[in-house]
Amino acid sequence: MPRETLSIPCRVESLAVLAADGQLDKNLEPQVPDADLRKLYKTMRASRRLDERCLMLQRQGRMGTYGPSKGQEAASLGVAYGLNKGDWFVPAFRETAALLWRGWPMHTWMLFWGGYEAGNEVPPGVNDLPTCVPIASQCQYGMGIAWGCKLRGRGQVAAVFCGDGATSEGDFHEALNFAGVYNLPLVMVVQNNHWAISIPRHCQTAAQTIAQKAVAYGFDGLQVDGNDILAVIAGTREAVEKARTGGGPTLIEAVTYRLSMHTTADDPKKYRKDEEVKEWEPRDPLPRFRGYLKQKGLLDEKVEQVIDEEISAELDQAVRNYEAHRFDPLAFFEHMYAEMTPDLRAQQAELKAYLNRKKIETTEAQRHREEGENNESHRRPTAAR
Amino acid sequence: MAQLTMVKALNLAMAEAMRADPNVLVLGQDVGQDEGVFRVTEGLLREFGPNRCIDTPLAEAAIIGAGIGLSFTGFLPICELQFDGFSFQAFHQIENHARRFRNRTRGRYPCPLVIRMPYGGGIRAIEHHSEAPEATYAHLVGLKVVMPSGPRNARALLRAAIHDPDPVIFFEPKALYRAFREEVPDEPETLPIGKGVIARRGRDVTLISYGAMLRTALEAAEELEDEHGIDAEVLDLLSIAPFDAALVNESVRKTGRAVVVHEAPRHCGFGGEIVARIVEDSLVYLEAPVKRVTGYDTIIPYFQNELTYLPDTGRIVQGTLETVRF
Ligand SMILES: Cc1ncc(C[n+]2csc(CCOP(=O)(O)OP(=O)(O)O)c2C)c(N)n1
Ligand SMILES: [Mg+2]
Repeated sequence: MPRETLSIPCRVESLAVLAADGQLDKNLEPQVPDADLRKLYKTMRASRRLDERCLMLQRQGRMGTYGPSKGQEAASLGVAYGLNKGDWFVPAFRETAALLWRGWPMHTWMLFWGGYEAGNEVPPGVNDLPTCVPIASQCQYGMGIAWGCKLRGRGQVAAVFCGDGATSEGDFHEALNFAGVYNLPLVMVVQNNHWAISIPRHCQTAAQTIAQKAVAYGFDGLQVDGNDILAVIAGTREAVEKARTGGGPTLIEAVTYRLSMHTTADDPKKYRKDEEVKEWEPRDPLPRFRGYLKQKGLLDEKVEQVIDEEISAELDQAVRNYEAHRFDPLAFFEHMYAEMTPDLRAQQAELKAYLNRKKIETTEAQRHREEGENNESHRRPTAAR
Repeated sequence: MAQLTMVKALNLAMAEAMRADPNVLVLGQDVGQDEGVFRVTEGLLREFGPNRCIDTPLAEAAIIGAGIGLSFTGFLPICELQFDGFSFQAFHQIENHARRFRNRTRGRYPCPLVIRMPYGGGIRAIEHHSEAPEATYAHLVGLKVVMPSGPRNARALLRAAIHDPDPVIFFEPKALYRAFREEVPDEPETLPIGKGVIARRGRDVTLISYGAMLRTALEAAEELEDEHGIDAEVLDLLSIAPFDAALVNESVRKTGRAVVVHEAPRHCGFGGEIVARIVEDSLVYLEAPVKRVTGYDTIIPYFQNELTYLPDTGRIVQGTLETVRF
């Protein structure tokens, strides 16, 4: 009986195009029209500034706990750029830049973190799913969407996102296994930002890469420099093309870094060294892409200024829309079922009556208080005399 | 005696148990270096090292499955799930295994593990961080289901849970984590699992609650007394499995009236079981139908509207008045 090393027909490759120092691999550079490059830059910048604005709103008590995606803009945006509008986009919760590209209004993002259901409103014209909080669970329905795309036969693909931490969940593995078994048009993107709250990537898996996990499910894995938008675009294009033409799934590991806190409820100083963050800062995707555009003559200070002014105006408007948002406090009974059950109808009526009574009581109490104050102010001068 | 928040009191219970018995382990996401997202495991990594306060990868099923297996080898694992909303990722390990192993191996492999998880709403969190799934777990016979209502009973119940020979689901009301401090005695203290307590004595009506709603029920009782001259007795169940039906029936037989309060949805909520036991055992003592003041049969709304959903003193007072004036 021989003993030999098996030759597994799946590849695991690593791809980088534009290095942190600006060096460009011309052979690997994806062809992207100038107008798109500018628009991509603006979206990246808008995503960064949306994060900053949300953090500010959170600090001022005008928003709930917020999860920034600072440093990860290229990883999601590059994938979004590689998709058609009619493809399916299945996010986790750090795909802010991609959602902006897909046409999600900034204020919708604010509404989600601000504690309003309206934050899940999918814009018309795209097949996108809202944010998914239970880690890795989206991999399963994302896989199902890819399956539906295959069965419908219209050449659509599904791009599904999760984090490095998510790759420890059973849901991630089960979804990839199905995708392999049914040869589904799935692009599974792992944003490996090196941290899952306080757990570093090397404590999450003993494997050298996340990309290699694809091999166990019978397809290719591709590691891309997730802070290099050109690499992300190039890798996505390959994976999407393969998926669209019946070649099956790809696992893309976008290697990036969470430059900020997990969420505003988190204090990263407890578990990670500032030096590590300092090491990653020069690899920030934003200045890297800016350098590339400048090199190409697509960006100068003037253009940047115009872009920033436009973004400022959009952000201001988004905050106004967000803060002007009003909702019916009884609407949460709706959409539990296609048709409201008699029990729900009764409970809604019960709550409506209660809220009305409470409103009347508060106004009456207010009136009593005011009357009391008026009487007092009448009396006070007398008493002083 | 020290004045402790519930977070500190729970931490104390774990530290005491770990000091007393090297078999006690803590495992979960972010419980080590980060000391838990609510800081309940503060200092445990420092004192007991990474073999006893264990940061795991992100996999709830594995945390509970590992806990079950560790318990077979003689350890007493305390598994932390980061939020009750993510306990379902471990549901099959709990339902298929933790609650059944003792029975199916005829006592050879009991599962003396504790599954701790932050419970309930009221902290303005994003979705999946505010649910109240206690009835789901109470329905899985073989599990014990415990819910403290303050720092002192939290410490005493967690101590009991760690030493309990059966799997215990330990719900920690998030809204109470830092809501107030309480005297917690220096010497270890234990409360029996399966026994409730009378939190306030009264004659006219029995309010039955647990967890964060206990405080709201107590406030409602004050208002009932001050504004309506109604003397309410308030029961704190502390455990819902086993459930102290004797305590409930004794009180209801005295007052003849009962109001059940919980933040979980009404439909198949634990209140249904409480009402059933009252009706079965004490129907002839009742002067009025038993009332339920609960969350609604909906998904809990996002946090801008969650206070509309959660029972407040006004709703409890109104429900009690309807019962008393029936
Ligand atoms: C099933 C589940 N378990 C736990 C959590 C709590 N939680 C939220 S984010 C997070 C870490 C996720 O890490 P990763 O997948 O790397 O994504 P990242 O936050 O880095 O984007 C955890 C544990 C959750 N939301 N869902
Ligand atoms: Mg991560």
